[in-house]
Amino acid sequence: MATARSEFRCLLGSEIICLASFDPHQTLLDFLRLEKGLTGTKEGCAEGDCGACTVLLGRLENSKIHYQPVNACIVPLGIIDSTQVLTVEHLADPEPHPVQQAMAQAHGSQCGFCTPGIVMSLAGLHYDCDAGHANPDHQTLSDTLAGNLCRCTGYGSIMSAAGTACVQPLPGQSRSLRSIAHRVLDEWDQDDTFLNMSGPLGSFAIPTDLETLWQTQRTYPDAQLIAGATDVGLWINKHHQRFESIINLSHVAELKRIEHTQNTLKIGATATVAQGLEQMTDLAPDLGPLLRRFGSAQVRAQATFGGNIANGSPIGDLAPVLIALGATLHLVSPDHQRSIALEDFFVDYGKQDLAPGEIVHTISIPDDAFTQLQCWKISKRFDQDISAVCGAFCLHVTGGTIISARVAFGGMASTPQRARHCEEALVGQNADCTSLEPAAAALKHDFAPITDMRASASYRTDVARGLLERCLRTLGGDPLELLYPVSKAPGLSAHD
Amino acid sequence: MTEACQQGPGASLAHDSGLKHATGEAVYIDDIPLPRGALHLATGGADAPCGQIRTIELDAVRNAPGVIDVFCARDLPGHNDVSPLGRGDEPLLAEEAIRFDGEAVFAVVATSHRAARAAAALARIDVTPTEPVLSVDGALDQERFISEEKIMERGDWQQAMSSAPHNASGTLYCGGQDHFYLEGQISLAIPQEDGDMWVYCSTQHPSEIQQHLAKVLGKPAHAVTVEVRRMGGGFGGKESQACQWAALAAVGAQRNNRAVKCRLDRDDDMRLTGKRHDFRFDWQVGHDDTGRILAVDAKLASRCGCALDLSDPVNDRAMFHVDNAYFFPAVHIRSQRCFTNTVSNTAFRGFGGPQGMLASERMIEAVARATGLDPLTVRKHNFYSGPERNLTPYHMPVEDFILDELVSELETSSDYWKRREQIRCANAGNPLLLRGLALTPVKFGISFTATWFNQAGALLHIYRDGSIHLNHGGTEMGQGLFIKVAQVVADALAVPRQQVKISATRTDKVPNTSATAASSGSDLNAMAALNAANTLKRRLCAFAAQHFAIDPQEIRFSDARVYAGQNTLTFADLVELAYLARVQLSATGFYRTPKIHYNHKAAKGRPFYYFAYGAAVSEVAVDTLTGESRVLAVDILHDAGRSLNPAIDLGQVEGGFIQGMGWLTNEELWWDDAGHLKTHAPSTYKIPTCSDRPLNMNIRLWPRGENREPTIHRSKAVGEPPLMLAISVHQALSDALSSISRYTRVPPLNAPATPEALLCAIQNERNQESKGAGDQQA
Repeated sequence: MATARSEFRCLLGSEIICLASFDPHQTLLDFLRLEKGLTGTKEGCAEGDCGACTVLLGRLENSKIHYQPVNACIVPLGIIDSTQVLTVEHLADPEPHPVQQAMAQAHGSQCGFCTPGIVMSLAGLHYDCDAGHANPDHQTLSDTLAGNLCRCTGYGSIMSAAGTACVQPLPGQSRSLRSIAHRVLDEWDQDDTFLNMSGPLGSFAIPTDLETLWQTQRTYPDAQLIAGATDVGLWINKHHQRFESIINLSHVAELKRIEHTQNTLKIGATATVAQGLEQMTDLAPDLGPLLRRFGSAQVRAQATFGGNIANGSPIGDLAPVLIALGATLHLVSPDHQRSIALEDFFVDYGKQDLAPGEIVHTISIPDDAFTQLQCWKISKRFDQDISAVCGAFCLHVTGGTIISARVAFGGMASTPQRARHCEEALVGQNADCTSLEPAAAALKHDFAPITDMRASASYRTDVARGLLERCLRTLGGDPLELLYPVSKAPGLSAHD
Repeated sequence: MTEACQQGPGASLAHDSGLKHATGEAVYIDDIPLPRGALHLATGGADAPCGQIRTIELDAVRNAPGVIDVFCARDLPGHNDVSPLGRGDEPLLAEEAIRFDGEAVFAVVATSHRAARAAAALARIDVTPTEPVLSVDGALDQERFISEEKIMERGDWQQAMSSAPHNASGTLYCGGQDHFYLEGQISLAIPQEDGDMWVYCSTQHPSEIQQHLAKVLGKPAHAVTVEVRRMGGGFGGKESQACQWAALAAVGAQRNNRAVKCRLDRDDDMRLTGKRHDFRFDWQVGHDDTGRILAVDAKLASRCGCALDLSDPVNDRAMFHVDNAYFFPAVHIRSQRCFTNTVSNTAFRGFGGPQGMLASERMIEAVARATGLDPLTVRKHNFYSGPERNLTPYHMPVEDFILDELVSELETSSDYWKRREQIRCANAGNPLLLRGLALTPVKFGISFTATWFNQAGALLHIYRDGSIHLNHGGTEMGQGLFIKVAQVVADALAVPRQQVKISATRTDKVPNTSATAASSGSDLNAMAALNAANTLKRRLCAFAAQHFAIDPQEIRFSDARVYAGQNTLTFADLVELAYLARVQLSATGFYRTPKIHYNHKAAKGRPFYYFAYGAAVSEVAVDTLTGESRVLAVDILHDAGRSLNPAIDLGQVEGGFIQGMGWLTNEELWWDDAGHLKTHAPSTYKIPTCSDRPLNMNIRLWPRGENREPTIHRSKAVGEPPLMLAISVHQALSDALSSISRYTRVPPLNAPATPEALLCAIQNERNQESKGAGDQQA
């Protein structure tokens, strides 16, 4: 079992940082700007939605350094324990990185305030390109940059800079930063310790297995649990919330895994959406596009399946899909474990069936459901937006007839919910548009959505019907035209 | 080409800070190392849009960790007002009345940004609420206006309207827009000796900040210096809106004799600062069978918010652009400026022009649907033309019109008619995805309509080594003004661009400057800088002529060299000789725009020195099941005159277009019934992302562009006009929906055309159709 370590450590570029104590609320962004004077990284929104604060986090995975962009504004400093952080300053030393040069040459900046964040997102892609010896397609560039807002350029010049830069070889500095990370992180990995820091401003712990987690929780019974902190980061920044102690679950080994065994897909609670995207995209044609639109690359690198479910958002894009797939939720506490259907977990707005001391352990999904899944997200903006409505349909069809139906929606009620009337109306009917009217009429009885800044009640109702129609048309074999045609998983196309 | 030529006007030099942006070296105000003991300021307000303040309880704020000072309106040392036109209706801190949700009532100064914000949240402000006015319609119902209505008219429009063969009318609402500059409002005030104040402020208008701060602090203007090297975006949002925060920081600094920084958190920035005005248009247009417009009657009503700010000139400019590119033989434009209990609206790229133009294109669309003609045919048919048809509603003749030529070239290069036919065919099959196409022109008037703002100054020093220090009144917000002016100066003195040092805008270098706004930055400041450079060049010439005993005509500056008769020397050598001969090597330059005048009462005159032109074709698709839409392709041809820097100008065109597209599609400001703005962060307010950029975007500058007026190197202003090219997106969306009625009706599509707005309009059109079919059967 791992031993406790009271000192926080990370690599800032090539510099080893050790802190005997720190304010557990301090964000990585404040640490960089206020403590280290690294002011190249900017604050644009302090809620993880603009990307101006993007930095790269280097983590050791399968003996390789894997770089992911994150929003430093909502990352509590403790989270980055034993990782490497790269900022725009590190890339420029001693010579500007190919991305930095290309951005300047292609007129990729105007006011320049979003530029460091954009450079970091592209530098992450540049590392990936080097690993795959390939250059990125348009979809990959869009996905890479979806979390970086630019108000000046219109993005064309940035895309063009990205194209130029990503075919350049990795510069010496990038290689050297990566090999330092490899050496140091590997060394840290070997010492088998976990952070358990307690200081004057609070404590921060990162247990690495369940047993240690329970122990730590006994020490800090009121600790705020986090995994990616993409939501808790906002509570700190926007609601000025303070916690005496924070426990980060994202390194608990038992909770991290995604396993596909015995007709079941098991997703650990702290598996990130980025991991899900990597491993689940091919299971259903609509799933990749939906997961790709979950937050942004920066958010997906941090956000976890368990976190998205446990905080009980009425919208959370994962829940309706998982409910439609018939997912089961496995909950554990030090002395107990139980399993419930996911739809039963969401009791009411902000209220989940989670007993004190319980945590989400795993989500399991029967994998035959994936072949039936259709799901779509409707939002004001295509990328990096919160759904007005998210609809997910698993209809089992035999001989043109719907045998069983699981239909779930987000954004239609105070929790993600099944559309039971609609399901009933569909079963036994033709799997095509002839079943639309009765099912749509039934759907109206399922939900009484609210009006807010994302959409009105009537639009939500109408669009839910629209998605039902899209689903039935697809089943009926109508040629389906989509604004954003479902493409293959984005990736790195090989050089010609 | 010589080095100087490659770097002079017309050269696509990179933004002077481009590499520094990318490496993080470019310093923004939040990056400036703070003096010892520097403090941070935040404000707090009440949770009510309208009412009288009853009690303000600040003990919890005072006792919060890190708090050093708390102050209210009564504690202010001087004037409690930062209204840009001197109306006296924009207090730094509210005194008795609350006029919009969150309006600042007190300020707290603390040892950190977080401590100040956390403390500010602890106040309890009790307000006796009164009934708020929250919308344009509400204000019109209750006749609540922030200033007098204005009328612009020409010809007997009533007679022309009633005698016109056809009449069409309608109502169009368009939403406002948050600037969403990536760097929020920020100021850093540092006390100096003698009680002076040095203020770093992210502002487009340093001189106005200086003036206001002097009054707020109770000091003469010379005691306040304002400096801005660069902004992280402005777009009009840092013209008047930077002042309150600069003033509060300065008051905090004066009270505590320590440096004070005020940086608005994003949510506060969006709640507490003004935005683009939203408008309601009620229009009527009379026309004939050929699609010729005979008469226009347009009523414009806008949300000005709770204070005047720049609402008068914004609404004036909306009126100036209701004609867009079209001749209205008889016209009546009425503008109502509504008071609402929402944050006071302000300047935003286009400054009312985009809103006015949106109405004009809606009228064209209506004429097209009524006559069955293609909207492009109607547009061209109504273009300004010869002396008979060139008078604007404000009686200024349009003498530099190029849109007939420009549009015809774009029509061909974009293959408009072929695509039009394909789209009509595709839509005829009643598909799930409807396609739409539109070509819209832009004619945008250049000059501040407040004539006195059309002046600029510059300051140029040449040092003994030949290096040149350039300063002018314009500010850099990303638009590339500094590089353009530097190119002009380098060209004038025939030195490499790098020899000209670009420096921060400062009120102690060039006084009494105008805002960098109205697209006028390079028109005014480059001309002032050129005048300064020419003064120095004349001095150097005169000196060289005397020194070498030759005629000044024989002296030529080229390639960082000076050719003086038989003598050739470097620019630096000549400068050193001139220095030794005691020639003054520093000069100021000044420029004021000629020809312009305007009588606001009569609504007549020449408010604009010239017009900038452009046109865009947008093709869109709309999903009829969900209302989602996508811009598929865009072709733009834009007139930047003889561009000073084509790369910079293309960047302005694309960025302006995408920003305009955001305004008309995804960007929605949404208030709840209690007057809270609920879209106050990027999580809820959606500006375009990378994937919203049309897949196919083809942007060109008008190759024959040349300003008829002697502007700086015959270039044209380019900051605002391209934003309005995005009206083609809204028109294309409307075109797609119009296919439901087989192009016989204008769908009731307002702006922004969110998925919800589109689906609602689609359903309306379908209901109309089935009603029509039902009527026919009956």
